Amino acid sequence: MPVLLDVRQITKKFGGLTALNQVNFELEEGQIASIIGPNGAGKTTLFNVFTGIYQPEAGEVLFKEKPLLGLRPDQITALGICRTFQNIRLFSNMTAVENVLIGMHSRISLSMASVLTRSPHFRQEESQLWNRASSLLDVVGLPGKANELARNLPYGEQRRLELARALASEPMLLLLDEPTAGMTQGEARSLMALLKRLIGEYRLTILLIEHNMRVVMEVSDRVTVLDYGEKISEGKPEDVQKDTRVIEAYLGRKRWGRATDAAHA
Amino acid sequence: MAWLTALLNRPWPATVLAIAVIGLSSYGVAHFPRSVVAFLLFQASILLLYLARVKPWLKLVLGGLTLGVLMPVLGTINGYYLEVATQVGIFVALALGLNIVVGLAGLLDLGYVAFYAVGAYTWAIFGSPQAGKFISDSLVHFPLGGGWFFVFLLLAVCMGATAGVLLGLPVLRLRGDYLAIVTLGFGEVIRVLANNLDKPINFTNGPQGITPIVRPPLFFQPVLDLIGIHASPITLYPLYFYFIVLCIVLIVIQVNRRLEDSHIGRAWEAIREDEVAAQAMGVPLVRMKLMAFACGASFAGVMGAVFSAKQVFINPESFTFLESIGVLSMVILGGMGSIPGAILGASVVTVLNLQVLKGLSLWLNELRNAGTTILGYNLANLPTQLEPAKYERMIFGAILIVMMIFRPQGILPARRRIREFGDK
Repeated sequence: MPVLLDVRQITKKFGGLTALNQVNFELEEGQIASIIGPNGAGKTTLFNVFTGIYQPEAGEVLFKEKPLLGLRPDQITALGICRTFQNIRLFSNMTAVENVLIGMHSRISLSMASVLTRSPHFRQEESQLWNRASSLLDVVGLPGKANELARNLPYGEQRRLELARALASEPMLLLLDEPTAGMTQGEARSLMALLKRLIGEYRLTILLIEHNMRVVMEVSDRVTVLDYGEKISEGKPEDVQKDTRVIEAYLGRKRWGRATDAAHA
Repeated sequence: MAWLTALLNRPWPATVLAIAVIGLSSYGVAHFPRSVVAFLLFQASILLLYLARVKPWLKLVLGGLTLGVLMPVLGTINGYYLEVATQVGIFVALALGLNIVVGLAGLLDLGYVAFYAVGAYTWAIFGSPQAGKFISDSLVHFPLGGGWFFVFLLLAVCMGATAGVLLGLPVLRLRGDYLAIVTLGFGEVIRVLANNLDKPINFTNGPQGITPIVRPPLFFQPVLDLIGIHASPITLYPLYFYFIVLCIVLIVIQVNRRLEDSHIGRAWEAIREDEVAAQAMGVPLVRMKLMAFACGASFAGVMGAVFSAKQVFINPESFTFLESIGVLSMVILGGMGSIPGAILGASVVTVLNLQVLKGLSLWLNELRNAGTTILGYNLANLPTQLEPAKYERMIFGAILIVMMIFRPQGILPARRRIREFGDK
């Protein structure tokens, strides 16, 4: 499979803190890959670099062999990368279906003139957009919620709505920041089943940030472990699980005598 | 009020009620042309018609009759009412423009009146001898003919939009309070420019203002003469401006509705809700924000041009910070991001200022002059510091405070569009 995302030597600093230190990373098309690591390891920072929210001090990001750095977030979305947020960021006073429609913005080619004249082209495209948005809501398991305000949806459904909104931009690469946070094991499982289905249906590649290890080990083709901004391990889930550096990062070193997992809880 | 809501929701009683109130109130205005109450009732009847569940086509016909026929006829009975209606129309367009910037895109603009000034000066300079002071008479003779007014309406739209983009460019990175302060500064800059651009080259004639400004020609007068209506320009011009304003307001409302119900309007709302998320979902922030500023400003620009022609005279005093705040209070009072809200807010505030509060202070003054005694206190003894005219602003402020406490979402808050999906 060809490489979809190629990340080379990314370094990002916040003042004196090095959030990412020369991180290398590759992602092949059609994979589900996960990034794990303790809190503050730099996972979300990496996402923010990919989506153009942060500009790194050094390094290169290639998407389909084209450089991404220096592009604005909306340009990156138009190229085919879309994301969800760790702390849900829906447009809370808009309806579910309108949220999904915003995701389509970069795919809409209507001019101001056709909006103002309500040309046949406008009517046709607009009705297609609404239908597609409503079917995306069905796909993620929110049928009949189209006209609900986003803020009135329960937590789990808000996460699904964020997923639908991201899918609406027709991404090739989907970045999910802790999609199962706050979900029960059962809900998480059904979400993962949905993701697997989406990969087939939409020719997606998915990159996850996840804390739920059971989910990570079950669905990932590849796992990358970050700690203090550095990549400390990478490989198949079962290999990463056995890596002593990973165990140390999560549980602490043996010489402390006792596992200090409380520090990372 | 529950019984009224229930009544308005039943098609037939609502229709009958709306027609009855419109008819009675117009009859009232016609017979008591000096009664403010009658005219207020007439205005309320239009709101009633909007709220009532009447068949859409009938609503359109009734609305057209009320605004297109009844209002002008009543305006010939009492000219001041027509002036009020025209002012309401001007402010409705301004409020709708600001509603795009503040209500939809969530960009707090405290210098909105600057765009109104830009439009006003655009026509004022070229539609008066003023332009002759810096453009040689041998090239073009100023003032331009009245027919140019209509060309300048379009030009004022462009000038307003350009000014909007010019304001937008430097403030794109700013949010909330910072943005508000910069726009406030921009509003003042435009006013100060108008005040001082009389030397070295005299563009704006400074604080003296520009006069006389050419009015659009009465091109329809021969037709009126033909059908036997002989009216002087003094009676015709107020009517003429009323209809010009009415037409522009209808266009502005339509443009507003279409923008709101499109990907452009949705993108504006997304920016208001969460800028970072909106951009991450593919909304180009810079373009959409500039578009919001430009659209909002263009409405103000076109109304500015109408205002300058209607008043025949403008000076920088017409475009103070207080005007910006006034328009903002209309948007907030009506309901942010709501088109009916902005319209109602503009009407209520304008009528309050021009009629209700003025009427109140006049009435208090009458009481004082008549030496009426209230609770044993003779009003004639009222010190001049407590001049009734001074209560106007105070009462307006109190109304704003009370509204914000008890109905912060505005009189007619924005409602989400509900779509039915055929396949479910």
